[in-house]
Amino acid sequence: MHSTNYHAAITAAEAASLLSSAEDGALLAGGQTLLPTMKARLAAPSDLVDISRAEELRGISITDGAATIGAMTTHAEVAGHAALRSAFPALCDLAGRIGDPAVRHRGTIGGSLANNDPAACYPAAVLGTGAIISTNTRDIAADDYFQGLFATALDAGEVITSITFPIPRAANYQKFAQPASRFALVGVFVAQFAEGVRVAVTGASEEGVFRWTDAETSLSSDFTADAIGGLSVRSQGMISDLHGDGSYRANLVQVLTARAVAAAS
Amino acid sequence: MSEIKMTVNGKPVGGDVADNMLLVEFIRETLRLTGTHVGCDTSQCGACVVHVDGKAVKSCTMLAAAADGAEVTTIEGVANGGLHPMQKAFNDNHGLQCGFCTPGMIMSGIDMVNRYKAEGKTLDEAAIRHELEGNICRCTGYHNIVKSISQAAGEM
Amino acid sequence: MSQGIGAAVKRKEDKRFTTGKGKYTDDIRMENQAYAAFVRSPHAHARVNNMDTSAAEAMDGVIAILNGAELTGDGIGNIICGWAITSKDGSPMNMGAWSALATEKTRYVGDAVAIVIAETNAQARAAAEAVEIDYEELPVAASLAAALADGAPQIHENAPGNIVYDWEIGENDATEAALADAAHITEMDITNNRLSPNPMEPRSAVAIYDDAEDHYTLYTTSQNPHVARLVLSAFYNVAPEHKLRVIAPDVGGGFGSKIYIYPEEIACLWASMKTNRSVKWTSDRTEAFLTDAHGRDHVTKARMGFDQDGRIVGFKVSTKANFGAYMSLFSSAVPTYLYATLLSGTYNIPNIYCEVLGVYTNTVPVDAYRGAGRPEASYLVERMIETAARELGKDPADLRNINFIREFPHQTPVIMNYDSGDFEGNMRQAMVAADWAGFGARKAESAMRGKLRGIGMSCYIEACGIAPSAAVGSLGAGVGLWESAEVRMNPVGTIEVLTGSHSHGQGHETTFAQVVADRFGVPIDTVQIVHGDTDKVQFGMGTYGSRSGPVGMSAIVKALDKLEVKIRKLAAHLLEASEADIVIEDGQVKVDGTNKVLAWHEVGLAAYTGHNLPEGMEPGLKEGAFYDPLNFTFPMGCFICEVEVDPQTGKTEILKFVASDDFGTIINPMIVEGQVHGGIAQGVGQAMLEEVRYSEDGQQLSASYMDYAMPRADDLPDFDVLHHSTPCTTNPLGMKGCGEAGAIGTPPAVINAITDAIGNNDLSMPATPAKVWAALNSAKVAAE
Repeated sequence: MHSTNYHAAITAAEAASLLSSAEDGALLAGGQTLLPTMKARLAAPSDLVDISRAEELRGISITDGAATIGAMTTHAEVAGHAALRSAFPALCDLAGRIGDPAVRHRGTIGGSLANNDPAACYPAAVLGTGAIISTNTRDIAADDYFQGLFATALDAGEVITSITFPIPRAANYQKFAQPASRFALVGVFVAQFAEGVRVAVTGASEEGVFRWTDAETSLSSDFTADAIGGLSVRSQGMISDLHGDGSYRANLVQVLTARAVAAAS
Repeated sequence: MSEIKMTVNGKPVGGDVADNMLLVEFIRETLRLTGTHVGCDTSQCGACVVHVDGKAVKSCTMLAAAADGAEVTTIEGVANGGLHPMQKAFNDNHGLQCGFCTPGMIMSGIDMVNRYKAEGKTLDEAAIRHELEGNICRCTGYHNIVKSISQAAGEM
Repeated sequence: MSQGIGAAVKRKEDKRFTTGKGKYTDDIRMENQAYAAFVRSPHAHARVNNMDTSAAEAMDGVIAILNGAELTGDGIGNIICGWAITSKDGSPMNMGAWSALATEKTRYVGDAVAIVIAETNAQARAAAEAVEIDYEELPVAASLAAALADGAPQIHENAPGNIVYDWEIGENDATEAALADAAHITEMDITNNRLSPNPMEPRSAVAIYDDAEDHYTLYTTSQNPHVARLVLSAFYNVAPEHKLRVIAPDVGGGFGSKIYIYPEEIACLWASMKTNRSVKWTSDRTEAFLTDAHGRDHVTKARMGFDQDGRIVGFKVSTKANFGAYMSLFSSAVPTYLYATLLSGTYNIPNIYCEVLGVYTNTVPVDAYRGAGRPEASYLVERMIETAARELGKDPADLRNINFIREFPHQTPVIMNYDSGDFEGNMRQAMVAADWAGFGARKAESAMRGKLRGIGMSCYIEACGIAPSAAVGSLGAGVGLWESAEVRMNPVGTIEVLTGSHSHGQGHETTFAQVVADRFGVPIDTVQIVHGDTDKVQFGMGTYGSRSGPVGMSAIVKALDKLEVKIRKLAAHLLEASEADIVIEDGQVKVDGTNKVLAWHEVGLAAYTGHNLPEGMEPGLKEGAFYDPLNFTFPMGCFICEVEVDPQTGKTEILKFVASDDFGTIINPMIVEGQVHGGIAQGVGQAMLEEVRYSEDGQQLSASYMDYAMPRADDLPDFDVLHHSTPCTTNPLGMKGCGEAGAIGTPPAVINAITDAIGNNDLSMPATPAKVWAALNSAKVAAE
């Protein structure tokens, strides 16, 4: 790992200020992606601003049909939160399948979203529910937030503070793990709301997480696995790698969506 | 450089550390507690698992500076004299061969038993296999590791 | 409870490993330790035109940057291949030069060109990154096909067409004639995937130079420290043997990859002398993928002929083996004498012919990995016979059964002479345990859930304890493959056993002590096993090829025989009895039928005080032995795998795995079964998960655990491990070896099961979900 300057920030404002004065600073959340990247010498920020212990960025609150999760809340905390589980079990299940137990003790929702790995799980839930990403400066709708592989609407120095999920009537996340990394080879998040169904797919597309709108339309009128039986997913634009080509991923999108609908609760 | 203070295996330790020093480097190189191992670069193998404030973490994927103020337990500190039930169970069930992944396995094993007990859940064999997702062993085929953790879960 | 042969004694060595007190090479840190990092080629094939180290040398903490020209200038020799293979036409194999630090050309991504020594590890790595090299990229041949294509780039000057050798075994004409008369021929193209061994402990070296004594010490992650010292002295000219001590302390797994003496160890030793500093290097995981010898990587065409009754009449095999960019220490023997000699499998095959083309490519060197040649042979034979059964409409167990060898000794057409075994008995035991008969009902039950269930078996045989030395020497081996042992009984009666075997997970500290306990009835806690240090143990060939039991323990038995003779003579003298009446049991020496007895320590004390010895007896109790086996040993077994495939995703779950093995005499069933578990896991890894992949330009695409799928706990089931032992007839304990069997027998059982489930026999390893799904779809298309 290249040398860097470490700073601990206990508020988002402090983090933003430290970032603005750094030459080439980076926020350090749980570090479960950034640190391996730095160890591989693929990233070399001049300064690391550690916000993992910013208490104001942690915690889960549930009000008025929405769940708000502080950006520095760990995957383990989300997975194990009793009230959230009774309100929105699909989100807890998703968090409980990210990485492994030790990674879930450190990794955070804010870190995952800021990184926007194309095979990460959380982007599927955020886009699949139309959640709001709040930062130190503004609120960003999920549909505006994800902008391709590792690309987001965040400005330089902008700090995610929390994510607010509208709680769906029923939802489910199906993850098919890449055999080596155990990231999502394909992950599908299906959420049913009064106003319709949203389907978000991670791991599959060369453009990163995306909404499968054809399926949303069909499922909005008939929320059954059969409703998407006639749809087809184009393999064009799907990721092709050692672990599966585009047609395999396209198949998984279809299979996992059907399974998510069948399992949604 | 950052000045850090933490408790490792019940003892206060500290000093100035480089800002890019990993917790595992602090444990192995500064404290010379070499039971915690490094087996990969990508946070997958789990040979480096220690407990930070009571929770299993991969010490190769945490900065030493970020552990300032924390309570850290390594494989050298799990037992109060004698062997921890998890350590004994690995011996009883031949849960180790070359021993390199073993400290991480034991630390993860203790963590999972603690969590399941706290949540009142049953740690059955399928659950153990799932919970071991972040620990790779190349020698045992996991068969006897699963048996070891299962035995310790009954004794802890 | 007995602690002798056959007892499931808990391991003595576990306490240090479970408490974090194991001492691995990277745990060692010398005073004033310096650290090494290597500058490695980012190109698979390139000319090194110029190296500018000036910026790197100016960096903080840099002590020295040394290159290949300096290394060869100091007389450090090229890396050797220790087994000379002769081609069909009688010509010797074409060995390209391999310098520990490449000079003019690099031949694979990761090929080291310079070593950087600095005060800290981070400084060494940073400086290695700052070395500027002007590479001229050359065309790349990163696969067998590319290296054998017309106009392929020439990787080594002296290996035209990139061919190392073109070797053969068996009778071609007789085999062709038998195939011509065959009632049925099964023909297959089979690929054996390339693997990275991946012991969890990365390789590491601490090299210490003592200028006052002109002496070197090397702590290293080795399976065979004496062999390391031998080649470092005799071929690499680092230092003469008496000036070089090699210590392999606790070693975190090897699986073959830690047999070889790599460029890093040579360079660290040499650099420690150049800088007069202790130099430490520890690989990271990606470096391990880029530099640890890989395994397997064969492409084979085979034809197996059957008569009208289903008896095999001939087997013809043509294999291309990828050696990577350089010939590693035992590489040449793997696809020849460790592979083609096992092509008879467990079957009576009158005619066998095999030809093997050894090929250079711009990839990491390939050498022995758990099983080494035998998994490739077993996969080929067991896939062929399973496929033949499907083609002939016969039950695969029946087809195997009518071809099993039943009389021993059995001479195959490919060198091996099997001494013992009960192949059918073993298969029947496995079939009962797997409820083979009830499979149909289970398959129907799976089908009701929309799943595809399949069952597959393999009846492997392998050969361990490569031997005898004179025979392997005549086949080209550069070393003898015996083992040594020394047994020292101390004045207080405790016993030290010094062995040339090396334990890196196998539990020798326990099992070797059990052999002593069995002989004398002493507790195993009074027996200490000493290994892994060339200053303590005189010589030894190390641990690989499942040889520590059949060869290493046989040497201990021979030394114990000699010690027992002396103890008996001494005791007879002291107890005034005849030697014939002396009984050694329960740690006491008694005179049969009397109450005369000597406590164990009394024997030791008498020998060392020397006050009252028989006429002509020397004081002391220390005996040594070198054991050279009479023959290979032949572990065999039957593995049965039952799987369920999800047709929508191609994901395969192993529901049941039964292994019934014949390892001959078993010292400690708990440890033997642990070896089988680990071997099966690696076999499942090869069959379903693992593969080293290269891009066409020779970049490794799977060089971390993000893309190389290691078997994890939830990829595997519990295993049912059974024994069906017939003692080996050619060594004193009747042992056959158990370390590699799991990795050898598993892949065909798994692939036979998956192809059975999906109804498509065209499936290559690793059978990933994506490949299984594709094979299902192509079967569907073919059926429509």
